Amino acid sequence: MHPGIIFFLVILGSILFHIFTPWYWTDVASNWGGMDDTITLTFWIGGGVFIAVCLFMVYCVFKFSYKEGRRAEYKPEDKKLEKILTWATTIGVVALLAPGLVIWNNYVNVPKNAIEVDVMAWQWGWQYRLPGKDGKLGTTQVVNINDNNPFGINTDDPYGKDDVMIQSDVLNLENNKPVKILLRSVDVLHNWYVPQFRAKMDAVPGIVTYYWFEPNKVGEYEVLCVEYCGVGHYAMRGGVIVQSDQDYKNWLEQQETYSDLIAKQQNKEINKKKLAKKIN
Amino acid sequence: MSEEYNDNKTVHAQSSETISGGTSGVAPDIDYVRPAEIPEQDLYHGHSFITKWVFCQDAKVIGVQYFLLATFTGIIGLILSWLMRLQLGFPGAAGFMTAEHYYQFVTMHGMIMVVYFLTALFLGGFGNYLIPLMVGARDMVFPYLNMVSFWMFFIAVLVLLSSFFVPGGPTGAGWTLYPPQTILEGTPGSGAGILLMCLSLILFVAGFTMGGLNYLITVLQARTRGMTLMRMPLTVWGIFTATVLAMLAFPALLVGALMMSLDKVLGTSFFMPTILKAGEVLEYGGGSPILFQHLFWFFGHPEVYIVALPAFGIISDLISVHSRKNIFGYRMMVWAIVGIGGLSFFVWAHHMYVSGMNPWFGFFFATTTLIIAVPTAMKVYNWILTLWRGNIRMNTVMLWCLGFIVTFVNGGITGIFLGNVSVDVPLSDTYFVIAHFHMVMGIAPLMVIMGAVYHWFPLVAGKFLDEKLGKWHFWLTFLGAYSIYFPMHYLGFIGVPRRYFEMYDSPYMTSAVGMNEFISLAAFLVGAAQFILIYNIIRALKVGKPAGHNPWQACSLEWLTPKVPPEHGNWGDRLPVVHRWAYDYSVPGAKEDFITQTTAPSEVVDTGVEKT
Repeated sequence: MHPGIIFFLVILGSILFHIFTPWYWTDVASNWGGMDDTITLTFWIGGGVFIAVCLFMVYCVFKFSYKEGRRAEYKPEDKKLEKILTWATTIGVVALLAPGLVIWNNYVNVPKNAIEVDVMAWQWGWQYRLPGKDGKLGTTQVVNINDNNPFGINTDDPYGKDDVMIQSDVLNLENNKPVKILLRSVDVLHNWYVPQFRAKMDAVPGIVTYYWFEPNKVGEYEVLCVEYCGVGHYAMRGGVIVQSDQDYKNWLEQQETYSDLIAKQQNKEINKKKLAKKIN
Repeated sequence: MSEEYNDNKTVHAQSSETISGGTSGVAPDIDYVRPAEIPEQDLYHGHSFITKWVFCQDAKVIGVQYFLLATFTGIIGLILSWLMRLQLGFPGAAGFMTAEHYYQFVTMHGMIMVVYFLTALFLGGFGNYLIPLMVGARDMVFPYLNMVSFWMFFIAVLVLLSSFFVPGGPTGAGWTLYPPQTILEGTPGSGAGILLMCLSLILFVAGFTMGGLNYLITVLQARTRGMTLMRMPLTVWGIFTATVLAMLAFPALLVGALMMSLDKVLGTSFFMPTILKAGEVLEYGGGSPILFQHLFWFFGHPEVYIVALPAFGIISDLISVHSRKNIFGYRMMVWAIVGIGGLSFFVWAHHMYVSGMNPWFGFFFATTTLIIAVPTAMKVYNWILTLWRGNIRMNTVMLWCLGFIVTFVNGGITGIFLGNVSVDVPLSDTYFVIAHFHMVMGIAPLMVIMGAVYHWFPLVAGKFLDEKLGKWHFWLTFLGAYSIYFPMHYLGFIGVPRRYFEMYDSPYMTSAVGMNEFISLAAFLVGAAQFILIYNIIRALKVGKPAGHNPWQACSLEWLTPKVPPEHGNWGDRLPVVHRWAYDYSVPGAKEDFITQTTAPSEVVDTGVEKT
């Protein structure tokens, strides 16, 4: 069999695989559908180039196979052709880059009304903190973290007192409300990623990083850690539950705030002291 | 003393030129080549087995040594990849496979393949063998240093492999070695393993610098008479530019490895912020993990081109020779190589779009990354335009070339996905990335290496490799590797993350199970197919068909040595004199379909040679 036929079949197979693949995106569940659109555009332009180049190659292989006594063309340079190809490529590249940069501009500029969520990562788990009635998160420090202060909130920061603490790896979010994910880590790199939301960013110890999205489908999603963080990396999962506003409000009301926790701790200590007195 | 020697040489050379020019009787001037300006170098000729084959100063032997040792580490990398694929396709099938082992195998596979296999093989192997021959030198300019370079590499490999036998085993931090996890408990091999890795890299860089200086200065200073820079084969251009990149990029890796070792051993905090581990605050503070990523990728991205540029150069020469046609747009090809090399220092942070660096960098690095696509695309066009109206020999070498074009274009296009910052967001850290970089800097360069082996083996050994075995080797490798990595992109679309020991039962990942099994089976097959080459080489050394002089009817100098395989000193009594570029194939009016670089213009006066 002529090798060109096999190369042709490889190209054909690639196209068919792309059309009929059962392995493709999960349905997008956030505002980042534009990323999917840019990928589709890149498939059209890039895929077109791939097919064109490979088919041209196959054509050459058939048409110009070695024949004894035939001479190849002798033409060291073709300035005009090279110029045309350079410009055509440049135009294609600009057509891909432009929408990519527009979306990136959206990605780094967070809408004003976004609710901030503190996502705290460690080896190997997640916990979350939401702002209280004041709408602001209290500042934190790694050295403050202990059993009584699981998020390391600075105790003298008034904004921290009413923060809602979710000591679970499942976070509830309100549908159609933009959220700004503020990522931090107490030990190594992590990355909080829900494939259906498309967006991601590393959590880096020492700094706070961010990204935002707006969930737009009610449902339950799995969170993956996608920045290698040691031997438990693959098991570092979490969850997100996107709820309608009423369900979300009901859920939020049941959550504990930092002042609740402090009060509980104090009660515990008072009880302990009482108990100690009784025994004495 | 030396001046006198110089004069004698040049007079001798010139007089013979005049005689050969004189026979044509018309214009003796057209054969004039500027006389040499410096005397020839003195070479140390080994006498014993040890000085000839072990501590040898002949660049050709050093090239083969590099090739063999790199191949040996490559086979270890291959076996590690089998073990990984066994776990991914058939979880639990290998009883000993814990998550610790899996991550150690992933890490060692990556580091071995990128640095100790591909880099060493292209620059140390092909660079050493081909540069002096292709530019018409007797050897590298610093043969002793060249020998030391190989043995430093040898020690670096020993140190690397010794980490398999220390307590805790080799590092399992991923080949990117991102701190803080790299040196903290919770990552396998965070004790002796990572220190040995850093030490091995430092040794590698030191050894490589010795070799690299040799390649650069040999190309700049030791070219033979008439071999202008714009007459050099693209192989030399590729290796030369890659070496410049390596000289500038490797220091970043070196300081990164050094600073990380200090963080580990002395408790400095270059890369270590305040860290809470198991309820206790560690004695680190103020360092930046992202700083390491910048250092790593400032090395890491040029590293991609350190592998790719020699591959670009070699493939250009192979396609040209076996299409019996000059490489299309030689000047453009040279400037593309240089341009890509220069640009490759301004794109590193496209590996870090979601690393937490200032997100505004994204605009800059996406733009530079997509700009680099333009010269790269030009190279692809010129390869296929070289095939166009050629006279294509469909031999094994050409098959590898065609396989390269398909895999490289495929991997290049997926690079445009990942380089375009917002498209990278959903795809980064998924199997899409794995598929992309294996296609573009694993399989595509491998196609080049294999093509180069089938092409230059007749020069190195004086015998042909078997064509039939070669074709089996090619089709199994190409079809197998393509069916590993092409579908793998689509697993990335689902969201399957990289560096996962197990997938568990995430709803969208269960659909990947069957595909993972298929990919693993293909990986076993492709790996096994590589042993066909080893058999082919051993067989050819014993009973291979003798190749004789210039078996492919090539124009470039390496085929024009008086002896095949070339001896130490390469050129016998007299250095060759170059009169033209390396691509005068199928010149109209010429007797044969190639004019060698040493053919004097007066011998081909009636032909339509355009460029000399």
